[in-house]
Amino acid sequence: MSADVAVVGFAQSPCRVREDATTSGVEMLVPIFAEVFRACGLTRRDIGFWCSGSSDYLAGRAFSFVSAVDAIGAVPPAMESHVEMDAAWALYEAWAKVLTGEAEIALAYGFGKSSGAELRRVLALQLDPYLVAPLWPDSVSVAALQARLGLEAGRWTEKDMAEVAARSRAAARSNPDAQVSGSITAAELLARPYVAEPLRAHDCAPVGDGAAVVIIASAARARELCERPAWISGFAHQVDSGSLGARDLLAVPSAAGAAAAAGAGPVELAELHAPFSHQELLLREALGLGEGVTVNPSGGALCGNPMFAAGLARIGLAARAVMSGRASRALGHATSGPALQQNLVCVLSGEAS
Amino acid sequence: MSQPLAESAPLRAPLEIEFDYTRSLGPVLSQFMAALAERRILGARGADGRVHAPPFEYDPVSAEPPAELVPVGPEGTVVSWSWMPDPLVGQPLAEPFAWALIRLDGADTAMLHAVDAGSAAAMRTGLRVRPRWAARPAGGIRDIACFEPCDGPAGAAAGAATAQDIGTERTPGMTITPVRLRYLHTASPGESAYLRGLAAGRLLGQRCGVCGQVYVPTRGTCPADGVTMTEEVELPETGTVTTFCIVNVGYPGQRVTPPYVAAAVLLDGADIAFQHLVLGCDASEVRMGLRVRAVWGETGGISHFTPSGEPDALYETYARSL
Repeated sequence: MSADVAVVGFAQSPCRVREDATTSGVEMLVPIFAEVFRACGLTRRDIGFWCSGSSDYLAGRAFSFVSAVDAIGAVPPAMESHVEMDAAWALYEAWAKVLTGEAEIALAYGFGKSSGAELRRVLALQLDPYLVAPLWPDSVSVAALQARLGLEAGRWTEKDMAEVAARSRAAARSNPDAQVSGSITAAELLARPYVAEPLRAHDCAPVGDGAAVVIIASAARARELCERPAWISGFAHQVDSGSLGARDLLAVPSAAGAAAAAGAGPVELAELHAPFSHQELLLREALGLGEGVTVNPSGGALCGNPMFAAGLARIGLAARAVMSGRASRALGHATSGPALQQNLVCVLSGEAS
Repeated sequence: MSQPLAESAPLRAPLEIEFDYTRSLGPVLSQFMAALAERRILGARGADGRVHAPPFEYDPVSAEPPAELVPVGPEGTVVSWSWMPDPLVGQPLAEPFAWALIRLDGADTAMLHAVDAGSAAAMRTGLRVRPRWAARPAGGIRDIACFEPCDGPAGAAAGAATAQDIGTERTPGMTITPVRLRYLHTASPGESAYLRGLAAGRLLGQRCGVCGQVYVPTRGTCPADGVTMTEEVELPETGTVTTFCIVNVGYPGQRVTPPYVAAAVLLDGADIAFQHLVLGCDASEVRMGLRVRAVWGETGGISHFTPSGEPDALYETYARSL
């Protein structure tokens, strides 16, 4: 694994229920493209490769990502690609493009307008189309099955889960992009009703709309674009079985495997894409993050989970911690699929290899 | 100049999408579904001896197809469960129920399905459950209507499962999954201005401040430059056919009888053509350069374009917009 590529810029839109935003994401993307270009001293014509992450199922229309190309300005023609996944995977494709030398500077972006759809139902369509999706198991109920397994196995308690939520909300008070934040105790949260027993509302990411963008550059360009680039020292993703009942839902081998493949090692800070409180507990263990690691200083996905952008934003936030000098080594994580089925790890370092 | 676009809130409207996925099942799931129709459940024995139910198509360890399918259940044990107090459209039960991972007797893996337990208090891990079969098999996983506690009274056989009833007989080897999704679709500020203009009998476009091109409909952002457009331009209802095709193929929901013409119409003063119908003449009379004018519908909006009777436009006048 080489460190020839670095993150040099990141921007995200505030995660909100936005009545003015369309499913093509253009209204959310134009301002953050302008912001990241300004910060890096770039124009759109400097971008050698673009890659986006979004979903037609979420948008409710075919080829919705093509409309988003309005935001990038496609004259003269741009080299462009798309993944029907969180844009963290778009960044992975962009990273490969820079590693192969096909582009010097690449940009990954993701966007999702979840508030226009019934997100819980839409996400049922990512399940096995023969045996599971016809039952319409919604995403919250599926996560709740995983949470109960951990509760009954003694891996965590509902109080542990509430403490994750309380800590996340407290951290999000300093994050203006967060959708949910505030000072509240675990005890107060536990007094609230279940939405899908054993999950309460605080255990589940809020439904919101948002977008994120990350720019990466080759070693030759990174230093001129950013005073302290966040070098990508490792980047890997793995997937577990799509059969919910056939895998051990209390193990996340794809997360542990991705971390090992990325050579994660010790980090000071981690941004984890855990849309449910118990999943942060699972990921901390799978990724081997000890007590000394600052986890989700942004508040994490529990405080803002713009679909198809939140994973990319985790990497962007981890990179920002390195670029600002707050951390010398940080980890960004993204997940996809039900109950942490697929996991991606990006390790960022202040030092080039 | 009309009102700036930003002064009006975006238009929103419900959008409902329906499509029935028809899928072929393949050798393993064909057997599994055929057995369900006979009220039997099959699992697959893997290379490691573990029995997967439902069956895998390819062994997760050896990647081989299953050597044999074996009967499992039909009773089983709840491994984990969650409570659904407000069932969503399409889910197996309309009244509150439990989602559960159920390990069928003889199986080593669990199956996800619904349990009609009546209340969360009646649910527990370890609960013994049995399938409640659909009255009429439809050839899918929903031939199991749901599971129910073994220690309770048997529920009535569910009448061919509400949302799954597709009104067709079972076709061996195939399964049909109806998908219905609901959205609240938001038009962009640019699209909203265009639609409001149409309702008022006006055609609105926007000029890009960078490239100077005029786009119709208004779209908010210049697709060439990626910048927000703010200058609104009102366009006349006359234009030129830049290119066209004759539609000869029928399809469900078609509103015009073939053959008819779908054309790219370049409004006078615009740089980008948009697609519309050209009616009011024989399809064979439509040609590149044909001059047309808008015919407005009775409920607002343009019904179609029709020949205006003017001499054809010279190729040079629209060549750039092809």
